[in-house]
This record gives sequence, C-alpha cells and structure tokens, in this order.
Amino acid sequence: MTEKKIRVLIAKPGLDGHDRGAKVVARALRDDGMEVIYTGLRQTPEMIAEAALQEDVDVVGLSILSGAHNALVPQVIAKLNENGQTDVVLFLGGIIPEDDIQTLLEQGVYKVYGPGTDTREVCKDIHEAVKAKA
Amino acid sequence: MTSELIDSLRKGNRLALSRILSQVENRTDAGIAALEELFLETGTAQKIGITGPPGSGKSTLVNALARELRRREPDKKVAIIAVDPSSPFTGGALLGDRVRMLDLQDDKQIFIRSMASRGALGGLAEQTEALSQVFDAAGYGFILIETVGAGQSEVDVVNLAHTTIVVDTPGTGDDIQSIKAGILEIADILVVNKADRPGADQSVTHLRNMVEMGYNRSVINGKHHLEDFQESTTQEITSTDWIPPVLKTVASEFQGIKELTDALLNHSAYLRQSGQWHAKDRAAIRANIRHQLIANLLNDFNQNVPSELVDSLIERAQKRAISPNEAVRELLAYNRNNTLESSE
Repeated sequence: MTEKKIRVLIAKPGLDGHDRGAKVVARALRDDGMEVIYTGLRQTPEMIAEAALQEDVDVVGLSILSGAHNALVPQVIAKLNENGQTDVVLFLGGIIPEDDIQTLLEQGVYKVYGPGTDTREVCKDIHEAVKAKA
Repeated sequence: MTSELIDSLRKGNRLALSRILSQVENRTDAGIAALEELFLETGTAQKIGITGPPGSGKSTLVNALARELRRREPDKKVAIIAVDPSSPFTGGALLGDRVRMLDLQDDKQIFIRSMASRGALGGLAEQTEALSQVFDAAGYGFILIETVGAGQSEVDVVNLAHTTIVVDTPGTGDDIQSIKAGILEIADILVVNKADRPGADQSVTHLRNMVEMGYNRSVINGKHHLEDFQESTTQEITSTDWIPPVLKTVASEFQGIKELTDALLNHSAYLRQSGQWHAKDRAAIRANIRHQLIANLLNDFNQNVPSELVDSLIERAQKRAISPNEAVRELLAYNRNNTLESSE
C-alpha cells in the first residue's frame, strides 16, 4: 500500500511576474516529501481552480505580489467552491498588508505568509492543516 | 461512497473522476474496488505514449498534439497523464509539465493529470496504467501518456501504449547512438523536435537509416520488448507492415503537428486493420497480470517466510558457507512447505 502523499498546487494568479518566492516554496515542499504541481505565471482564478480539480490537490498555495490579493483571493475561493472543492486548504504568500490579513483569513485562507518566512514553518503548517482535514 | 463516485464519473463529473484517480493512484481499498469495476468498461481509448530525453520538448509537443486532436476529432475527449520523477531521497516531487500546457486549460474536454513516478524506474509510475484505465472507462478517446525524461532504457510505456512516439532533438548523438538498442527501437513514430535548430536534417537521416536497417528484423525476431508472460508474445506481435515515419516538428510554433497527427491517426487505422490493436491489448493485459502476480507472490513470500530465516541464510552466504543460489533454493523450499501446510 502506498503512503498517502500530500499534493499541493502552487500558483501565481494575476499579472505580476515575480515567481522566485513561489519557486522557493515549491522546492521546499518538494524537499519535505510532498508532490508539488507548479503551474507557472499569470493564472486566472478559473485556471487555478481547474488545475486544482484535475490534480485533486489537498492544498493550494497562492503567491501574490501585485497587491491584487483582495480581488483575486475571493475569486479563487469562489471557483474552488463552485467546483465542489470546499475542503482544499488555501495558503497565501506575498506582500500582504497587515490590515488585509484578518479579512483574508475570515474569507477562508488558512494562513498568510510574508517576506522572510521560514519554509519549515510552511511545511509544518501544511502537515497540520491536512491532518486536521482528514 | 465509492459506488456514488463511480456513478458520477459515468455521468461525466470531473471531480468524481479526479477523486477516483487519487484513490487508484494510492491503491486504497476503494481505489482497487473502483478499478476492478471500471476495467470492464475499458478498451476503446487510443493510448499514446510520448517519450524522449529531458528537455526534448515532450510537454510542449503534448500540448500541441492535444489541441490538434481536439480540432480533428471534436467528439473525442483527451486525457493527459504527465509523469515526472520523485526524489529518491525525500519522495517529494515537483510536477511542472502543466507549465507547458497552458493552452489547454480552457477546453473542458481535456483533462491533465500530473503523476510522480514514486520510485518506479521504467519511465512511468507504478499506477500509470491503472490511471489510463480510469480515463478509458470515463470515455476519454485519446489518452496521451508523457513519460519522465527518458534515457536509453526506460521503455515501460510500450507495454501499455497503442502508439509510442519517441521525441529527440537535433544534435544529440552520432549514428552510433541511433543504432544502439533501447528507446529508439520502441518507436512507432519518431519525432525530431526543435527542428529549427542546426543539424535537424542530419538527425532525420540518421533515424531514417536506423529504421530501414533495424526495425523489421527486431519485430520479426522479437517480442518488440513487450514483457512476455510465460510463453512468448511472438505470435501476438508479428506484423511488419508499419514502418515508423521520422517527422520534424517545432512544437512551440505548432510546426509539423498536422503531419504528426496524421501519422498518429494512420497508425490507429493500421492497428485496427492489421489486428495489432487486439494483439497489443492482449499483450498489455498479459504484462499487467504478470506484474501484479509477481508483486503478490513476493508479498505472500514475505508473509510465509520469517525474516530470521532470510537473515540467517544471508549470514551463511556471507561466510561463503553457501551460495546465494542455494539460499534462494532453501527459501523457496521453505515457502512451498509452508504454503502446503496452510492450505491443508
């Protein structure tokens, strides 16, 4: 019997082209033993939800550095819900002002990470969130 | 729970399909049960393997091919299984083939699934064939299976594909590389991708020469490297009518894709007319049963034979008191006796 692997989608919605952070996190999760699906730049919320559906991921990690998080995140959540993927754990990383974080958490984001986050913390949080979900 | 999911899959629900794919990939009890049921509804899809070295453009070619297949045969859904390697150290994987397939995301009749190889070495994952069966049962007419970047001997894909496309790029070797045994021999269609680079025509010539010199003989004598199961599959794979075409493409520019699709559909027609479709299906089932049989026999063996006995035989072999061959004989004898007792 194969051990259940955690599957994570790492996506960058919106128009900013800074994918370094997303790649660093993808690599860290891989090194933690997870299966990471990387979709690249400039994804619409529809495309992200579609990829999450086809890949049946446990976790979606969004990276947003454009400041458009208040517009994009609710759209991603709506699309995931529309597809019936209400149990996906959603993480967010990027430049997110303190004032916005609480709102995003209330909307259903599991956790928000800013610059300088230790990737080990992200790994630990994902394990906990997936465990709690099961 | 499972039967509801299977019903939803039959009705075309893609979330149900995705969930079943995960269950099957993880070999859960629900997944095994689902596959046993769904297998009975398979047998119509054309399975197309795409293999070649890392960086030869497999994903980009799959992207272009899927688009063209959908254009040519709009009634058929297309599934893509893209396999990337798992880390041998952590078991993790970074699956990046979707990055090259962004063109396909708007078409709901295309379903892309990334798969980590999870330690398997033949270019596919252990459960790739099982996932292709789920797609087949779910009514996907074309199933494109992209292997991990393959070197010379990762040829498992030939055991399950009806048509195997081997992708190469200009300048990856001289004519000696192309007459070596291995990956080039399994091709039904050979593609020189990135053909806008220097040396493309030379690569095509090398490959054409190889095809003319070697292909027919290897098929007549051999089993086409299809794993056999006790008896040979020679009778099953005998036809020599198909000569693999060598095609040039620039997948990123969509050049040569029409010709490639023609070759693919021609091969499909050839398989059906020549009886090879039936033969390949039979060979795939034979390989599948053999594979599962070996896994289960090994499992039974591990349960029957105490590890202490194995360890003691290893120790005696290390002292050169017995040979490894003798150790195996003793283990098999123990296993046989043990099995007989338990069945009485």
